[in-house]
Amino acid sequence: MTGLFIASVARTIPDTTVFVAGALMILAGGIGVIACKNPVHSALSMVLTLFGVAVEFIEQQAEFLAAVQIIVYAGAIVVLFLFVIMFLGVDQNDDVHDEPLVAQRPLAVLLVIIAVISIIALGIEAGWAVGPHHVTGKTFGPYQNVGEVGRSVFTTYLFAFEATAALLIIAVVGAVVLARRSGAATSDAVLPSLAPTGAPQDEEVTS
Amino acid sequence: MSIPGSWYLILSALLFGIGALGLLIRRNVLIMFMCLELMLNAANLSFVTFSRMLGDIAGQSAVFFVLVVAAAEVVVGLGIVVAIFRRRATAVADDISGMRD
Repeated sequence: MTGLFIASVARTIPDTTVFVAGALMILAGGIGVIACKNPVHSALSMVLTLFGVAVEFIEQQAEFLAAVQIIVYAGAIVVLFLFVIMFLGVDQNDDVHDEPLVAQRPLAVLLVIIAVISIIALGIEAGWAVGPHHVTGKTFGPYQNVGEVGRSVFTTYLFAFEATAALLIIAVVGAVVLARRSGAATSDAVLPSLAPTGAPQDEEVTS
Repeated sequence: MSIPGSWYLILSALLFGIGALGLLIRRNVLIMFMCLELMLNAANLSFVTFSRMLGDIAGQSAVFFVLVVAAAEVVVGLGIVVAIFRRRATAVADDISGMRD
């Protein structure tokens, strides 16, 4: 009986190790995002969190999503963030101690603690889920993970997939409209306000 | 897969709490955006966990769509940040109160 117990514990050690490593990456990265004064450091901490989430995805047999997580989030979104941070030159230190609203930060901490405890209590109350907790082996259909996700997206959720295409087009057009300078008059009026941040004065030439 | 699903859900709740906390206490618009991404990732983690626990691939499809929406949201959001910065030369949320004053 004891030997069986030890064997079952020994079998869980690799899984537990992977889970704990991913959880530590997630939590350390998340705390880094909100604690770092420099936005560049926050963005790099976010990469750590995203890798941790990808580890947890792989641990749960969602290999396709883990790959997409790395490619889309760590590869594209974080680079976009870093690009905007560098482009705007806002990577100087943020004044964290300036507090316009009275006691906003203590109240925020209190509310978040209450919210997290409520979520966890809700999960305990609901027994976490209605399904089995220990699923082993293949959980989905006859195909590999990529095939299963693809089949689901292109059959059951085909309409949502088509709507996604429209959404991406709208987002691209919106970004172009927002980022474009609307005429020479606007850019002339805006240039003085950029001067204190050390923007190059010869911007009229490039625009 | 011998890790109980509840562990993942607790981890997801903690990540969501960190993201919400950052959104509330930080002033820099870009960092607030990053905290939004953290909260989306927490939701994704619970989606995948429920997908595994219930043996239903639909959760993973939902995560796929959340990723697409997050990408679109970041593109538009950063476009807005750049547009505001061009007018006001600031990326601090408290300085952008022109419609209140």
